Amino acid sequence: MTLPDLSALWLTFRLAFLVTLILLIIGTPLAWWLANTKTRLKPVVEAIVALPLVLPPTVLGFYLLIVFNPNAAIGGFWLSVTGDTLAFSFAGLVIASVVYSLPFAIQPLQSAFESVAEGVMEAAASLRASPLDAFFTVAAPLSVRGFLTAAVLSFAHTLGEFGVVLMVGGAIPGETRVVSIAIYEQVETLRYGEAHALSLILLAFSFAVLMFVYVFNRRHRVHVH
Amino acid sequence: MAKIFRPFLICALGAVVVTTPAVAAEARVAVATNFKSTIDEIEIAFEAQSDHEIIVTSGSTGKIYAQIVNGAPVDVFLAADQERPRRLEAGGRAVARSRFTYAIGRLALWEPGEAETGPGRLAGGDYRRLAIANPDLAPYGVAARQVIAALDLDDATEGKFVFGENVGQVFAFVRTQNAELGFVALSQLLTMPADVRGAYWTPPQDAYDPIKQDAVILARGADNEAAHAFVEFLKSDGAVAIIERFGYGTE
Repeated sequence: MTLPDLSALWLTFRLAFLVTLILLIIGTPLAWWLANTKTRLKPVVEAIVALPLVLPPTVLGFYLLIVFNPNAAIGGFWLSVTGDTLAFSFAGLVIASVVYSLPFAIQPLQSAFESVAEGVMEAAASLRASPLDAFFTVAAPLSVRGFLTAAVLSFAHTLGEFGVVLMVGGAIPGETRVVSIAIYEQVETLRYGEAHALSLILLAFSFAVLMFVYVFNRRHRVHVH
Repeated sequence: MAKIFRPFLICALGAVVVTTPAVAAEARVAVATNFKSTIDEIEIAFEAQSDHEIIVTSGSTGKIYAQIVNGAPVDVFLAADQERPRRLEAGGRAVARSRFTYAIGRLALWEPGEAETGPGRLAGGDYRRLAIANPDLAPYGVAARQVIAALDLDDATEGKFVFGENVGQVFAFVRTQNAELGFVALSQLLTMPADVRGAYWTPPQDAYDPIKQDAVILARGADNEAAHAFVEFLKSDGAVAIIERFGYGTE
């Protein structure tokens, strides 16, 4: 067994952490809106959110390459603001991963919010809690399992991301060469020792995280009704 | 036997009658992706002058190699390097001495947004990204590194590299303008219409080791007439003309 490629591992954890944070921040209001809206557009938004679940990463990666084009609108805007292209950059990977892992954050949050009884929120409102106040003191604590599941799934899914990164990353060490890409290269070049080292770390970590979620969910069963 | 099966039985018998006396055979040919559009044309020429047929599949040389080692039904393998066919031969999975170089890949520096490109562009450093195939994974990546070293451009290109898994991906990076320029295969450029191709420059052959692509008949195809006929055709003047027209050299 060879020493694992720690720079790829560290890069991947940074990416997964940042993506999870962003997804919780933008996912919470979006999921709350989806859980409470009465608009007829709801199925459209739900379908868009769920798209990355069914689209092959190659489709996503191909479209992202086109969107990231520095001579097109979004890629050009990014270039003029930051001086760097979205493709082949850490920022680009963050954006790609946020899109790719979006359903893994939205769906658990939405179903958690949906099970918060309307009456509870009305009671909070009648006690003159502002909607934001009611959300943070009533809905959020009741949805703690939803938050945990969303965070863990987003993190783990980003950790395991491969196809999209392969297409838009450019495999730059320390910048876009994440762990799955490193493992892929090692396997392709028959460096099985290094591949084993990284794979084993990933396997052990993923198992530990999932175990934690299941144990936590068992202990902290939140009863809504 | 139930009446319902009768038509099938007749069909099956018919099939036996039709196929048994025919001499035509069928060979499965696995080809490296960079050669796919070339082989499509060679296949048409081959089947026009032969009763035999070939069935072509394409993929990366490394993956086809792994599939063959794990028992994939392949009669002829057209790799993008010499290493994999050599290994198959050494391991007894290929017919001894059937290995030969069918094409020599040529590298091209491609810059679609410009009217002219060349080593001066690389030296000038007035670009953000230079895409090359990953030298660990692809022979075109190794060749690109050699050209850069031969031209003494290591410092000028430092920190500008982005790596594609293969030349196909490098092509996509440049085509979508995410990288301004990149080292691709000349054969890829020649499949594009000339008016959208933009500028390219082919480094002199002495700047990099020839990208020799070897073919080999696999053990499964040892007694397959179609496999042998196809490999012979691949060496013929007709096939060589097609191969060269697609931007490859031949031996």
